[in-house]
Amino acid sequence: MSEEARSAGARITEGESYIGKSVVRPQTARLLAGRGVFTDDIKLPRMTHVAFLRSSHAHARIVSIDAGAAKALPGVVAVIAGEEMARVCGGWVGTLAHFKGMKSAKQYPLAIGRATWQGEPVVAVVAESRAVAEDAVARIAVEWDPLPAVTDPETALDPSTPVIHPELGDNLAFELELTSGDVDRAFREADAVYSDTFWMGRHTGVTLEARTILADFDLSEQRLTVYHSFQAPNMMQDILARHLRIPEHNVRVITKDVGGSFGIKVHIYPDEMAACALAVMLGRPVKFVADRFESFLSDIHARDHRVKAEVAVKRDGTILGMKVDDLTGIGPYSVYPRTSAVEGNQTVRLTPCGYKFRDYAASLKVVLQNKTPMCQYRAVGHPIAFAVMEGMVDRVARELQLDPVEVRRKNYITRDMYPYTSPTGYFFERLSHEEALDRLLEISDYPALCAERDTLRSRGIYRGLGLCTFIELTTPGPAFYGVGGARISSQDGCTIKLEPTGKLICMTGVTEQGQGTDTMIAQVVATAMGVPLDDVRVLTGDTMVTPYGGGTWASRGAGIGGEAALLAGKALKENVLKVAAAILACEPMDLDLRRGRIVDAGTGEVRLDLGELGRIAYFRPDTLPKDFQPELAVTRHYVPRHQGFAFTNGIQLSHVEVDVDTGFVRLLKHWAVEDCGRIINPRLVDEQVRGAVVQGIGAALFEHCVYDEQGQLLTGTMGDYLVPMAAEMPEIVVDHVQTPTLFAEGGFKGAGEAGVAGAPGAVLNAVNDALAPFNARVTRQPITPDVILKALDKL
Amino acid sequence: MDTSLEISLTVNGVPVRRRVEPRLSLVDFLRYELELTGSHVGCEHGVCGACTVRVDGELVRGCLMLAVQADGCRVETIEGVAGTGEIFDLQQAFAEENALQCGACTPGLLLTAQEILRRNPRVDEAEIRRGLSGNYCRCTGYHAIVQAIRKAGAGRAGGTR
Amino acid sequence: MKPAPFVYHRPATLEEAFDLLERYGPEGRILAGGQSLLPALNMRLATPAAVIDINRLPGLGAIRLAPEGLVIGALARQDAVERSPVMAQSAPLIAQAMPHVGHLATRTRGTFGGSLAQADPAAELPACVVALQATMRVARRAGTQEIPAAQFFRGIYTTALAPGEILIEVAVPPIAPGWRSVFDELARRHGDYALVGLAAHCRVSDGAVADARLVFTGVGLAPVRASRTEAVVSGRRLDPGVLAEAGRALEGDLDPPADVHASTALRRHLARALLTRVLTRLVGN
Repeated sequence: MSEEARSAGARITEGESYIGKSVVRPQTARLLAGRGVFTDDIKLPRMTHVAFLRSSHAHARIVSIDAGAAKALPGVVAVIAGEEMARVCGGWVGTLAHFKGMKSAKQYPLAIGRATWQGEPVVAVVAESRAVAEDAVARIAVEWDPLPAVTDPETALDPSTPVIHPELGDNLAFELELTSGDVDRAFREADAVYSDTFWMGRHTGVTLEARTILADFDLSEQRLTVYHSFQAPNMMQDILARHLRIPEHNVRVITKDVGGSFGIKVHIYPDEMAACALAVMLGRPVKFVADRFESFLSDIHARDHRVKAEVAVKRDGTILGMKVDDLTGIGPYSVYPRTSAVEGNQTVRLTPCGYKFRDYAASLKVVLQNKTPMCQYRAVGHPIAFAVMEGMVDRVARELQLDPVEVRRKNYITRDMYPYTSPTGYFFERLSHEEALDRLLEISDYPALCAERDTLRSRGIYRGLGLCTFIELTTPGPAFYGVGGARISSQDGCTIKLEPTGKLICMTGVTEQGQGTDTMIAQVVATAMGVPLDDVRVLTGDTMVTPYGGGTWASRGAGIGGEAALLAGKALKENVLKVAAAILACEPMDLDLRRGRIVDAGTGEVRLDLGELGRIAYFRPDTLPKDFQPELAVTRHYVPRHQGFAFTNGIQLSHVEVDVDTGFVRLLKHWAVEDCGRIINPRLVDEQVRGAVVQGIGAALFEHCVYDEQGQLLTGTMGDYLVPMAAEMPEIVVDHVQTPTLFAEGGFKGAGEAGVAGAPGAVLNAVNDALAPFNARVTRQPITPDVILKALDKL
Repeated sequence: MDTSLEISLTVNGVPVRRRVEPRLSLVDFLRYELELTGSHVGCEHGVCGACTVRVDGELVRGCLMLAVQADGCRVETIEGVAGTGEIFDLQQAFAEENALQCGACTPGLLLTAQEILRRNPRVDEAEIRRGLSGNYCRCTGYHAIVQAIRKAGAGRAGGTR
Repeated sequence: MKPAPFVYHRPATLEEAFDLLERYGPEGRILAGGQSLLPALNMRLATPAAVIDINRLPGLGAIRLAPEGLVIGALARQDAVERSPVMAQSAPLIAQAMPHVGHLATRTRGTFGGSLAQADPAAELPACVVALQATMRVARRAGTQEIPAAQFFRGIYTTALAPGEILIEVAVPPIAPGWRSVFDELARRHGDYALVGLAAHCRVSDGAVADARLVFTGVGLAPVRASRTEAVVSGRRLDPGVLAEAGRALEGDLDPPADVHASTALRRHLARALLTRVLTRLVGN
């Protein structure tokens, strides 16, 4: 970075800066008044509703479909099955070229000939109301020929197991072998080797607003307008254009308020593609709102990994090397377009990344299953990787009777080792493991907690403390999807325009799903420009209007969208000062923009109000020099080019009490220290972390998509799939270390995954610490009473 | 066979008369017939609390009551309760604590919080958490919501706790 | 997730309700608080031809003290029962159980009688009324009859109510001197149906259990009275040996079903842990 850029970068933190301020999100006012506009709140003229007949079998041949009674029902507009739908919307294959050897089968909006998971859409019914559409679905008679279901990843590749897609040859979607250094030597030279097998249950996102889409096709102009509860509108625009064969500029995707996403709403779902295709076929608006049954059966699931891990250590706790074997069972298809190989890939690549040992070997197998498709959900791979790594670190500490804090300290990548490239190929500009650990020990008063734990143990109260160091993949560049052939933007644009009264309208390619993206962008723009925050209005999520971009996922909003906003704000400020100089007949360098007014750069004396500048520029440009053209709208783009990802790090501590009679776990308190670089809005970052910690706790203790051997989902309601609720959740203390990236002027990195990345490992370790007096240990999540009582040999 | 029935009720103080199908839930009636879309639909089986509204002053789940059952009743939704200023302090505390992210759970949570504080403004954290146990929030982890309710409660109890 | 169509009736009198129950037979479903029926309708697990809404039948929502004890109207809202000032005195077992029954916004609507007539095998209130030896008052066209709570619950969602009958009130006998109640349950989350719950109503004398009524929920097809266990603890001081003996006896009392939330073995284990906990509390204060 040039000296000039550095000084400009420094400037955004001085004076009238909103960077680092916990400003209240102005956009919350509408949500607090019941005036949010979620996709299902939109009603269009002649709107219809679609419901789907979904496969009741995990795997079955469709012998026949009799829809006569459904079609005859008053209020039914259309009943459409797979082949007819495929004529309008072609299928897709969810693979990426940079995952060598990856394979998946072609998937269609509606199953053709065969259904491959319970919940796969088979027949679409469009009707005047959702209730009538459901009445009609109930009248469709499908004759099924049940086929054997593949439901156990461990036997998915056995010769005796049926192959789900015969054209693929086997049930292996992807495999990967990673080796770094000389892992065999490390194991030979070790004083001790410890091995464990970890299981991470399958779970899902359970966004409170279910997946929703409303598609409207105008036959006269051949224009498709889609309101979509989604994270990546430009990705959807591209895919709809290609698969429905509509010119891209005639497809408009609008994301209004989005009621939670967490990676659930960033994938291509057959039912949503079907709804859009139906709008094209019928020339009427078609709305699809997944009900909660459909959410559990058709939203992507995640995790479901079995990881065998072995570590080789010295007697003093130095980790010499590690071997990891990861097996994960996805659905019958790899999900389009991001694929279902990413979680496994990230799991095995992230696992060793907190520590400095170099001898590492990992093996990954991603196998197909007749269950709901799995794909990327918040903190992809992270909670698995760090539950395994940190679980092993605590195992080492327990076996060697060492302090878990000191084992971590001994093995961390230290501050003198950066920049650093992990044995798995990840580049770390600078992480702050030691600082984060120190901070955590201080804010939690860790030694006092340890002392209390030891005292209570003698009274038969079993409390435990669990640490989990993590790193977090944020701000991905083109290497994530683009190089693999997926048309998912890694850059984002930001447009800012000055209105005649001096107010600013800002449009960005990153999107808002509750994180506070629009507030964060407004803070950056207001700071870069030198205007009051209230003078900036941010618009996101309209492909016809907002600059092309990737949207919000993988914690890319601040690092990419924030940087683009910073660049755009600076550029517009420069233009504004040129206009001011033209009006005031001086040089732009003599002027500055502060608090929304043009001031003398030296004295700070107010020279011109921004509204007056706007008035002259828009309505009286005749008063300006003849060769001067005011440029009061600018667009700037940003894509990270200097590193593949902006990695961040942190550490969490969980404090629990285990009732050893019942196996119930009480969460007493939770601490998280994370480092997302320069913080734009501390409160928003804290709340990202807290919300994510609780999602991680859900994974650790409660959430589980349970299937029977026939591939039937047994946890298909909110009564059976246990999400974390207020009464069981702990107070969560959040603190920060700030290590700004120097590769971007803002210094911003991401923070959305951190909580989920570390909480499951922290809770796992805390439970195991509580169980230590019994020499018991658990390695299976969710950690239910059953799991604990079995570990205690009580069941 | 037309099984629909005419109902009359007041919604946010406004008299309403409509013909509805018996199977129409109260929340669907409010959202799709009256276009009061502030009440949300999260699960339709009574677990998530997103559809919470007030009927004759009592908190109810809008998905677990039929619209026809509200005949003759006084129904209040987030739009009405926000409009009267009744929960102004709670709205402000929620905004200040960032006790909402996506906002899907927020209307139901505000109405529940209002009922918790109406019963006891000096309510402690554990009671707040139990009171919220029927309202699902995926975004916040509940911490900020609890803080916001405590803050509003402290204000109502005269600033003393 | 929308219900199948049905016809809706809102009888103004019991007579009208009887007419409707006769007219529709098994195709008519009584709607009280609706906190169980509405989910079943929405999920199309129940598809009755008619829904008969009894919420506006007069006089069935009262909670009153009568010579025969505490009388709780079937339509009394659970929230009203929870907040009734007489409950702590006259039916402390129910007072303790009430906060575990669903959530604030379901208790305001859910009714006391509805929860009993629904007979969910994991519900709290059926176990309470069995432990309290309450009397269920059932109306039919021919008049009112009384059914002891112990004979009311017959199986999963199944009661002694015959076609055409409506539960109208429950009479809880006065608490005799020396009797104590403890309700507790083990649920993964507050307000969930319990993995196991225990309604204990016992006479405690001189630090020992003199008479015991121990009724479990969530571990059978209906509330389960643990009679073998009661026999073990009755008349004895609860030292660790007696508690262990009681735990073993409980094995013979319970045959819990397995589901996605808990195996049979886990439910047995938890029932035993809960038994120890509840009995200890019962004699402890």
